Amino acid sequence: MSAVSVLKNGGRAAALPVALIVLAQVAATVTQLESDSLASPADIAKAFVSVMGDGTLLKATADTLKAAAAGCLLGVGAGSLLGIVLGLFRIADDALDLTIELLRPVPVVALIPVVMMLLGFGAEMEIVIIALGMLWPSVVLARAAVKEVEPRLMEVSNVLQLGFAARVWKIVLPAILPQLFMSLKLAAGYALVVAVTVEITANPLGLGYGIMMAQQALRPAEMFAYLIWIGAVGWLISVLLNAAQRTFFPAFVNGEGR
Amino acid sequence: MKAVPLRKLVLGIGGLAAFILLWKLVTDAKLVSPVFFPGPERTYVALVKGLSGGPLLSQTFETVKRMLLGWLLASFVGILFGALVGVSKRARAFIAPTLELLRPLPASAMIPVAIAFLGFSDNMVLVVIAFGALWPMLLATVHGFAAMEPRLYEVSEVLGLNRAQVIWKLALPSAMPMILASLRLGLTISLILAVVGEMLASREGLGQSILAASRSFRSADLFAGIVILGAIGLFGSRLLSVAERHLLRWQASSR
Repeated sequence: MSAVSVLKNGGRAAALPVALIVLAQVAATVTQLESDSLASPADIAKAFVSVMGDGTLLKATADTLKAAAAGCLLGVGAGSLLGIVLGLFRIADDALDLTIELLRPVPVVALIPVVMMLLGFGAEMEIVIIALGMLWPSVVLARAAVKEVEPRLMEVSNVLQLGFAARVWKIVLPAILPQLFMSLKLAAGYALVVAVTVEITANPLGLGYGIMMAQQALRPAEMFAYLIWIGAVGWLISVLLNAAQRTFFPAFVNGEGR
Repeated sequence: MKAVPLRKLVLGIGGLAAFILLWKLVTDAKLVSPVFFPGPERTYVALVKGLSGGPLLSQTFETVKRMLLGWLLASFVGILFGALVGVSKRARAFIAPTLELLRPLPASAMIPVAIAFLGFSDNMVLVVIAFGALWPMLLATVHGFAAMEPRLYEVSEVLGLNRAQVIWKLALPSAMPMILASLRLGLTISLILAVVGEMLASREGLGQSILAASRSFRSADLFAGIVILGAIGLFGSRLLSVAERHLLRWQASSR
């Protein structure tokens, strides 16, 4: 792509958001906006600077991201391990398939009351819920990946008489690494969603709680500042993970489809 | 539909039985206090009691109604708007990047905003569900239209089709596989947001019911609610899978 066309595409992409912001500001100025639910872009920017300046926003972001990362790693780790076992041993897969298919559709938010009752509020409860939400998708992806491992590699491991641990470590893991990374990538975006949801619903912690408090205190500018920040964090995570995937597993980016 | 092999069926039921047995053993041994964690029998009793004359049946009905309404609204708006954006290359260049930018925004983050505008009302929950479930369908439609075989556009020019005809006769069918997959994802999101919305706004339904059960330590009722939510999710996605296979028959046969 030439520099001119990059510039042109970028300009077209930016046109709509910029137009909307300008329009909102003009409308707010003309109507002398005083509202409990709306705020002008300039007020939102001011509120953003103020919550960023006193550190509440950064602390909330750190809390949310920590919980999301811990839950994501825990859930994807446990789920992938189970998925690998199921992919390697057909008998275990057949025995557990029905149970997994029945457990999988339970919406993760339905587990919030259960975990809340067991662990109370706090980071721990949030991490457990996020991990539970990441578990089944990781199982399914890892299982499918293991089943697609080149059969000859499995034959090699039989000939070499590798034990289970050696087989997983030396043959299976390297072969399914790209799929595992994709699983992690999908989970990371979803983990942020679950983290914010848990915080909005129950847990007095992090970005979700911050936006909820801003709304209840009738500070719309602060609420929208949080909203835009949450969107920006989510967007940044997805951009970073896509870039990482392109760097480490370039062959898999195109084959992935959507 | 392909027959499930006997071996798989037997092992699967055996596995499920083992899972329930393990659940029973854990609760019978009181590894976790029964106040928090009911055994399978107590859950079953609560389920039967709630569904036969108890409040669970009407709450299930409310949640399903909410989920379906939000989902239908999102499907309608998503596919219509997606088609309008997707069919024109210029509209795609201007609007698609903004849509991609908004996509990673967690739908639940919109809940406080929706509360600010609509208060704790049924409409608020509905708007949140529709907003959250909108994205997969909208983007699938835009991408599906963008990925249409360019020759089909040439065909449409030769045939002198107008824009509505291009959408209806060429672009929609070719984007159909992606749209149908996104409909299933949208239904999952709708169920999640229906539950979250009911919990937060205390609207009648399973979400509010399980939260109330957990606050008053009625763990059996809580688990009964979770079982029903799982069943709704399972049933919905199975139903859409069947519909998907049925609607995409032409694709499988043309390959």
